[in-house]
Amino acid sequence: MTAAALPAPRQRGGALSGLSSFLHGRPGLLLALLLAPPLVWLGIIYLGSLFTLLAHSFFGLDEFSGVMVREVTLDTWKEFFGNASNGDVVLRSALMAAAVTAADALIAFPLAYFMVRFAGIRTRGLLYLAVMLPLWSSYLVRVYAWKLILAKEGIVSWFAQQLHLGWLLEAVLEIPVVGGPSLSTSYIGTFIVFSYIWLPFMILPIVAALERVPGSVIEASGDLGADAGQTFRKVILPLAFPGVVAGSIFTFSLTLGDYIIPSIIGKSTPFLGETVFRLQGTAGNIPMAAAFTVVPVVVMGVYLMVAKRLGAFDAL
Amino acid sequence: MPSDRHGPRAGWGLKAATAGGVLFLHLPLLIIVLYAFSIEERSFAFPIPGFTTQWFGVAWEREDVRRALWLSVKVGAISMLVALVLGTLAAAAVWRSRFFGREAISLLLILPIALPGIITGISLRSAIGLLDIPFSTWTLVIGHATFCIVVVYNNVLARFRRTSRALIEASMDLGADGFQTLRHVILPSIATALLAGGMLAFALSFDEVIVTTFTAGQQATLPIWMLSELIRPRQRPVTNVVAVFVICVTFIPIIAAFWLTRDAQDTAGALK
Amino acid sequence: MTAAGVPAVAFEGVTRRFGDVLAVDDVSFSIADGEFFSMLGPSGSGKTTCLRLVAGFEQPGSGHIRIHGVNVEGVPPYRRDVNTVFQDYALFPHMTVGGNIEYGLMIRKVPAAERRRRAEEMLALVKLDGLYARKPGQLSGGQRQRVALARALINQPRVLLLDEPLGALDLKLREAMQAELKAIQRQVGITFVYVTHDQGEALSMSDRLAVFNRGRIEQIGSPAEVYDHPATPFVAGFVGQTNLLEGYLAQRLGGFPATYAVRPERIRIVAPDADVPSGFASIDGKVASVTYLGANSRVEVDADGGMLAVVEQNVDGGASVAGRVPGAVVRLVVDRRHIQAVSASR
Repeated sequence: MTAAALPAPRQRGGALSGLSSFLHGRPGLLLALLLAPPLVWLGIIYLGSLFTLLAHSFFGLDEFSGVMVREVTLDTWKEFFGNASNGDVVLRSALMAAAVTAADALIAFPLAYFMVRFAGIRTRGLLYLAVMLPLWSSYLVRVYAWKLILAKEGIVSWFAQQLHLGWLLEAVLEIPVVGGPSLSTSYIGTFIVFSYIWLPFMILPIVAALERVPGSVIEASGDLGADAGQTFRKVILPLAFPGVVAGSIFTFSLTLGDYIIPSIIGKSTPFLGETVFRLQGTAGNIPMAAAFTVVPVVVMGVYLMVAKRLGAFDAL
Repeated sequence: MPSDRHGPRAGWGLKAATAGGVLFLHLPLLIIVLYAFSIEERSFAFPIPGFTTQWFGVAWEREDVRRALWLSVKVGAISMLVALVLGTLAAAAVWRSRFFGREAISLLLILPIALPGIITGISLRSAIGLLDIPFSTWTLVIGHATFCIVVVYNNVLARFRRTSRALIEASMDLGADGFQTLRHVILPSIATALLAGGMLAFALSFDEVIVTTFTAGQQATLPIWMLSELIRPRQRPVTNVVAVFVICVTFIPIIAAFWLTRDAQDTAGALK
Repeated sequence: MTAAGVPAVAFEGVTRRFGDVLAVDDVSFSIADGEFFSMLGPSGSGKTTCLRLVAGFEQPGSGHIRIHGVNVEGVPPYRRDVNTVFQDYALFPHMTVGGNIEYGLMIRKVPAAERRRRAEEMLALVKLDGLYARKPGQLSGGQRQRVALARALINQPRVLLLDEPLGALDLKLREAMQAELKAIQRQVGITFVYVTHDQGEALSMSDRLAVFNRGRIEQIGSPAEVYDHPATPFVAGFVGQTNLLEGYLAQRLGGFPATYAVRPERIRIVAPDADVPSGFASIDGKVASVTYLGANSRVEVDADGGMLAVVEQNVDGGASVAGRVPGAVVRLVVDRRHIQAVSASR
């Protein structure tokens, strides 16, 4: 710097600076440059794969060799709808997903409500972490933990023995359909583990939704003569409902598509995910597997549309 | 709703339900840790008959465990980098301007985690098969990066939204061109969000099994190794030890991410 | 315009729309070098957009903007010889006060020692000595405002743009800062372009001001011109308080069926039978309400054909208010020179 009192001239050279000016006058181009890499990645790799898969459901298998034939045919779909047990698989999976969603909403709401409305700042941070840790920690490890807990000689049985409640456990396991030889080989076990694994996905959106309910609204409700219960039912619950819907997107979808939990804990009758996995793997019937995956895609498509209507995306 | 008011008190029922929910979330993890120290080899008997730390040494000596661990770390790191770049670009674009199809971008980014993992997995598998691509680290990375993008995107976008656009204008007003503004203002503002998003992406990748089974071929990441042990157990105590190790490896980045964004609670956005 | 020569800023038929909204509608004006120029108007009137057009954050849809004679079309903000003090200050939260102030010099690769010296000078100018190492988060609103000012001034811009810089401060601080800003402007001698919605601020600080409404300029002039001779009913109503006379009242006081404006403090209340001095207009009425405002009182008078507001100084304390009780019959007189014909706003 020679003339200390004067700032250096604003004109500067350099390729980067030139590029910056070039882009400054063209916000559209800059936007395109920013968007192109993620869009290309997701658009080509992800959506491309998704469409590849859906397209596969219009291919068929050669009857003799069992090898996939790349010719457009509706045979796979005829077979899909022709086989009644396929409907059972879909229905069983949907019922499980619905039950898990309901259970998670019931467990999650009080926790979220306490977190947002009553917990102090420190407690709240800790609770937050307590929800985040299982969410992000290993899925398999957590499933494995339940294998230990629910096993025939595992923790639940041991506690039942110690508390002289063995008869109760027996009685529960003897319930038709959902029962079984042990908790880890019954639908009850599958249900418990699903509910456990996806619970954080329900808690966080509800917390987000509750956080958006302004305190003044609750005070206004009280001021207008509503007691705590009425305020909860008439004000808090409706305002937090989009959060429940947002959470249910995850719990429902994740349950619908999971194939690992039911194969480790539960009966041998298959769920949707297991069926798809078996079809593409051991059976080598990619077209039928593809047809099966259309089901959750359609179900989730409808679900997402309804959820968007209900304002659930704001709570995501 | 502010929580630090002295107004309402929670009833014991609500407190019990909260405590129950937290216990439900954490007891299984504690039990895994407990079993890692068990001397019992064959069954899941409870209470465990005795304590030992010998399995940690045994697990570390296992060649297959170390190979799986190395693959998981490698895939996690590369996926994290890809997700960091793509997620940040998408967040910047969405934050910068309102453009047609903005909503669709968010939906597209959420899709890989909103749709069941098996769909993402089998889609990638069928595309890999169609194009005759051999399975490799890169097929794993493609799958993992796809669902990790949204984690970075949400973290960074949440930070962007709390960053005043006027800061960028102020920087340019003071003579900084776009790249100088990026270096001196934008990157420092989003640094912790990037770090948190990156760590969560790593944790997500390190742990993923559903999509991984479809894109791995014969390779075994740590979760794949665990899955095979769960279905066909060979040495249960080693599985227990690996499980504890995995808990530790994922907990550290999560707590760190939480700490980095504690003022902003961006981590909530990480879920989305 | 004060002096001959190239204006610091000139707008030539500038238009800017955002979607369907015409934010700036065919605006032309110029600002002289060294002038303290205010752009006054309600929110959404286009004043801030005009400022952003000068800064380079927005580009005009049509028309031209010249800064010191140079057409700045397509010139990015970082190549313009202007600096901005932002409404919310926009201090970089991750930098110290010193880092913020030196930012422009750092970008221009001024050596560190030199930067430091000049930053300390600037801190002295805005009376923040000793706060060099603080973070913006540790400062009060008024202090942040001064840092923002120092950060812009250190670059020695030829034009300083200020976007409602005092808007977030409380009344006392705002008044102190008004005087100080004016003093700093005299000291550094550069053109200040000041955006505000506060008419008192615009009147007290500016050499000239432009009143904006719906993307257009309603009037440009010195504070006294704009206050005493409002060009449109909008200006009359927005700058200070006014009585707008229409219909019978206009006919009676102004002499023609046009629109007139009369400032409440220009009307005098006299006894109902008092003589009307020559050159004055008069009208009789009844006191409808009296509002005590401390330094003065506001009297609403129900005159033939409409209500008129009168503001009287409380020179004698409560005594002068004694006769002003609702229902009292009074006569209002006003110098005809203070009855301003105003053309209708577009």
